[in-house]
Amino acid sequence: MSWKRLLPPVVLLLVWQGLSASGVIPAYKLPSPAAVADGLLDLIRTGMPPGHRLHVHIYYSLQRVLWGYALALLAAIPLGIFMGWSRTIRNLMEPLVEMIRPIPPLAWIPLAILWFGIGGKSAAFIIFLGAFFPILLNTISGVRSIDPVLIEAARVLNAGRRFIFLKVLVPGSVPSILTGMRIGIGIGWMTLVAAEFTGVKQGYGLGYMIMTARDIQRSDEIIAGMVVIGLIGLGIDACLRLAEQHLVKWR
Amino acid sequence: MALSLEISGLKKVYPGAAPEDNVQVFDRIDCIVEKGQFLTIVGPSGCGKTTLLRMIAGLEEITSGEIRLNGELLNGCNEKVGMVFQEYALFPWRKLLPNIEVGLEIKGVPAKARRAEAMKYVRAFGLEGFENKYPKELSGGMKQRVAIARTLIANPQIVLMDEPFGSLDSQTRNNMQNFLLKIWAERKDTILFVTHNVDEAVYLSDSIAVLSPRPTKILRVFDVNLERPRDRTSREANRIRREILELLEHSEQYPCQ
Repeated sequence: MSWKRLLPPVVLLLVWQGLSASGVIPAYKLPSPAAVADGLLDLIRTGMPPGHRLHVHIYYSLQRVLWGYALALLAAIPLGIFMGWSRTIRNLMEPLVEMIRPIPPLAWIPLAILWFGIGGKSAAFIIFLGAFFPILLNTISGVRSIDPVLIEAARVLNAGRRFIFLKVLVPGSVPSILTGMRIGIGIGWMTLVAAEFTGVKQGYGLGYMIMTARDIQRSDEIIAGMVVIGLIGLGIDACLRLAEQHLVKWR
Repeated sequence: MALSLEISGLKKVYPGAAPEDNVQVFDRIDCIVEKGQFLTIVGPSGCGKTTLLRMIAGLEEITSGEIRLNGELLNGCNEKVGMVFQEYALFPWRKLLPNIEVGLEIKGVPAKARRAEAMKYVRAFGLEGFENKYPKELSGGMKQRVAIARTLIANPQIVLMDEPFGSLDSQTRNNMQNFLLKIWAERKDTILFVTHNVDEAVYLSDSIAVLSPRPTKILRVFDVNLERPRDRTSREANRIRREILELLEHSEQYPCQ
C-alpha cells in the first residue's frame, strides 16, 4: 500500500481532530480521535462492561462467525456445485433459494431465538444465513462459466464423469468460489454485530460490547468498538485476498 | 492399404421446433481416410466441417450412417480418436507439464511414467524451460504445441484437427505447419485436418476433400501428389489451389448443382 493511499484517511483524521478540539462538533455527539483512542485503551484495559475486556469479546465474536461461516461453506459449496452442474437440480432448487434469499438475515432473529434460544447458536445461525447465499451464487456461477470446450477436451481424452467433476469442474470454479467466500465472510462479519445486539449468553461479543457502551453513553467506546470491528473485517478480507492470489495464480 | 477411418452414409440433422425447422447439415457423406494419410477437409463456412469432426470425436450425435475406425463402429467418445481444438482448450489451472500428461492420467498411468513420457514431448516439441509455466504465460504457438502433445501422448489411432492454426498469426502459422509435418513424418499418424485456408490445405495434405454448402456433401477429393518438402508457390500447387477455389466459388453461387 503506497503512502499516497493513506493520505485521505489521515487528512480526515486531522480535520476531525481539529473540529472536535475547537468545539465545532460537540463531544457528546462525536468524540475526537484522541478521545476515541483513549476509549480504545479503556476497552483493552478495563473492558465494557467492566471486567469484560476487549480481547475476550473479540475471541467470542470470531468464534461465532467462524462457526456460522464454516457451516455456510459446508452447505453452500457442494450445493452450488451440484446446482451449477445439473440443470435438473438447479430447476428444482432455484425457486426455493430465490424466495429465501431476499429475506435479510436479521429478520430471522426472532425465529432463531425461538429455535436456538438467546446465545451463540442463534448468532451463528444468522451469520450462516448471511454468508450462505453469496457463496452459493458465486459457486453456481463459477461452475456454469467454465468454458465448455474444456469439458469437451476432457471427454475427447476419454475422461469419465468422476474425472471431469473432480479435475475439471472443481478446479475451474475455484476462482468464483473464492470470490463468493470473500463476499460471504464480509457479510457474515457485518451481520455478526447486529446479531449480537439481540443478546448473548455469557455477556461477551463485540456487538454486545457496543450496546453496553451505548447504554451508559460512552460514545468514545462505541466508536472505538466500531473501529475494531472494521479493522478485523479488513484483516479477514486481506487474508482471503492473499489466499486468492496464491491459489489462483493461473488466471 | 490398411483402412483407417471409414465414414458411410453420414447424415446429420439438428431438430427444430417442427419438422420443417429441421436443419439438415449433411446430405450424405461417404469418405475414407487411409492409415497414415493426411486428409484435409475444406469448405464454405457453416457447411459442417467442424460438426463432422465432432461427430467422429463423439461430441455430436450421428443422425444416421456409420463411422468405423479400423473396422470398429464409433459411438461416443473414444480414446482411439484424438482431437486438437482451434482454441487450444488447455486447462488454465494446470501448468504445462500436467497439461500434457492429462491423457495418460486419465488412463491411470502412474505419475513417474507419465512425467517421463511428457518430458519426451517437451523436448521433442521445443518446450524446454516452460514446464512449470501456466498456459496464460505461453504464446499461441506454444499453447498449440502443448495441445498437440496432449493429444498425441495418448497415441490415438486417428488425430482430428479443427483449424488448429486459425488463431495464429501467419508467421507462426507457417512455422506450426512445418512443425506438424515434421512430427507427422516421424510418427506417421493418420490425420484428418479441417481448415478454411486452401493454401494451408495444399501445403500440408495428401488429399483434400472439398465440401459443398448445406446440405453438405463431398464435391470432389483432390489428390495432392507433390513431393515433400513442398514449395508453396510452385505451379502445380497453384494449379490445385486454383481448381479448389473455383470449385468452392462455383458451389456457393450454384448451391443446388
